[in-house]
Amino acid sequence: MATMAQAIRMALHYGEENLGVTDIFGEDVGPPLGGVFTCTQGLKTAYNSPLDERGIIGCALGLALAGQRPVCEIQFGDYIFNTIDLLKIVGNSHWASIGQFEIPLVCMTIVGAGIHGSIYHSHSFESIASHIPGWKIVLPSTPIDAYGMMISAIKDPNPVMFLYPKALIRVKGTELIPGEPEDEKELHRMIDAPTGPTLYHIMEARKSWKPEWPKGLTDYQVPFGKAKIVQEGSDITIVTYARHVFMAKEAADKLKQTEGISAEIIDLRTLYPWDRETVMNSVRKTGRVLILNEDTPVTNFGEHIYREIVDTCFYELVAKPRVLAGADVPGVGLHPNLEFASIPQVQDIEKAILAICSEKP
Amino acid sequence: MDKALKLKILDLMITSRCMEERLIKMSKSADGFFWLGGPGEEAFNIPLGLLARPGQGLDYDYFHFHYRNGATMLAMGMDPKDEIRQMNNRATDPFSGGRNFCNHYARYEWNVVPVTSTIQTQWLVAPGTARAQKRHGGDGITIVTCGDAGTAEGDFHIGLNWATQPGHESPVLFIITNNQYGISTPYEQVHGTRTLASMGAGYGMEYGEVDGTDVEASYAKLQEVMAYVRKERKPFLLEAHVTRLYGHSSSSGANRVPEGSEQDPIETWLKKLIKQKLITREAYEEKFKAEVQRMNQLLAEVKQEPEPTGDSIYQHIFKEV
Repeated sequence: MATMAQAIRMALHYGEENLGVTDIFGEDVGPPLGGVFTCTQGLKTAYNSPLDERGIIGCALGLALAGQRPVCEIQFGDYIFNTIDLLKIVGNSHWASIGQFEIPLVCMTIVGAGIHGSIYHSHSFESIASHIPGWKIVLPSTPIDAYGMMISAIKDPNPVMFLYPKALIRVKGTELIPGEPEDEKELHRMIDAPTGPTLYHIMEARKSWKPEWPKGLTDYQVPFGKAKIVQEGSDITIVTYARHVFMAKEAADKLKQTEGISAEIIDLRTLYPWDRETVMNSVRKTGRVLILNEDTPVTNFGEHIYREIVDTCFYELVAKPRVLAGADVPGVGLHPNLEFASIPQVQDIEKAILAICSEKP
Repeated sequence: MDKALKLKILDLMITSRCMEERLIKMSKSADGFFWLGGPGEEAFNIPLGLLARPGQGLDYDYFHFHYRNGATMLAMGMDPKDEIRQMNNRATDPFSGGRNFCNHYARYEWNVVPVTSTIQTQWLVAPGTARAQKRHGGDGITIVTCGDAGTAEGDFHIGLNWATQPGHESPVLFIITNNQYGISTPYEQVHGTRTLASMGAGYGMEYGEVDGTDVEASYAKLQEVMAYVRKERKPFLLEAHVTRLYGHSSSSGANRVPEGSEQDPIETWLKKLIKQKLITREAYEEKFKAEVQRMNQLLAEVKQEPEPTGDSIYQHIFKEV
């Protein structure tokens, strides 16, 4: 099965062949590297930009204003912060011009902790992104969703912030993407660029390399604003996304066995616009809810969900809802003890579930 | 430059000045809020608008203006009533529907991309439209303007760097209108560079300066550099020295600077045309008076037009899929 990096790469290939993608660019995005996470290897419209995040967002906006279809990358979410004013301009250009200009722009950036990335390679960005109106924001957790959401992002005439989780970029999927070869070794042979011990070796090895794209790729889409119920349950709803979908599953599996708790896990997938209907239906059913993510806790996106749940389902709740988020600290420390103390771990999730489920109405 | 063109430029200068002075009055009454604009830049901005090629799509020029290009828009064919609509924040404001300040244009059918109040960010966006034009072919160019103060932003350099990236050299005409001040801060106090234009040298691009208070010099220089950018598909950095006759904006009072403190390019041009016997001062004053009347009339008409409704704020957040 494809990894998320391969899934994104195949979606971008489909985009440039069939959906009018004109420019895929960013730092180290073009040859020889094809992205520090390999998401843009072998793509015909991929090229390297100067090491300049402001220039990347600005140029992408210009291309979009001129009717092109750019997909730009900020190499790490940690490095997008110096573009916030530009993200505001991207988000307001359609509105400020009373609908005259369309902004079909995709900005992809990798977020979150989980690879011992320390202070500057572990940031989350979704809460801040959600404060910049005019963008659709997605954060897939699986390769097939990453493929389908990238296709949806490319087809959308609006700016889309395509966040993807660092910790899951190399995790293989469990569902075959339409058109993906069944044999993952075959996929590797077809679309992964040859590698080498140094940049010089890589450049040499890739001089004559061309990817062999799977023939049957499709415009398989995951529509924006549709959450996925990862598992159904009756005792508690867990609203989460990205890496914490899997951590929630691990915690829920354990508590199913030890405590008999039946948890319903919702992978939001799209953070703006988010799927209120699926979340509220689940909360109405279970009466208990844990909102879970790894961003810092103050003005956390989960707090917004919390407020909406309280506003909408207050009288149907049987226990106080909880938000379990990252620690209120300026960064994620390098030592595993520091990282684990900063990011909700499986044991923390178990504790939160138990606390909510042990409350008596 | 033939007689007809000379007089046309004078007419546009009058229209532009009368429009801006009407906007300033509106900003000091109940008819408008904040004003900022470009009185003092007409001798440069009008030739710019006359020589540019507005239209929709990659075959035409793209415009990334800062907030002092009203005269350029008039020279491109804008109805001054539209700018009065924006100042009066009417629903009929064709640029922003009452959402944005005056001189904040956005006009899809002319490739005028939305003007932002943020300083210098337009220099980041311009290389994007120019890349699209380069790929498309033809001779459409991207024109981007800024003031002297904004060149202190890193974005100034980013724009020049992207427009000269090897393999991506793009047809951008970068224009600095240097009025010697950033709000209250004199240029000399915060810039060590001898000229701003010469910053182009470090990027290996062509650059030059022009007296932006001189109509003929501006027209000739713009003709020359536009021809270069259109043909060579490479950027050019042009610094035009201009004046600022009503200060920075409402924030500095929007009052006329003392007589003789800064050159008025309209007066300079008028004297030249009087000397060439193309017009008399009396005829000019008649024209000016009539234009003041016309602007008053336009405002009276605009005030009858609908205001934006509160619930319209939710329109155009996203393009419907």
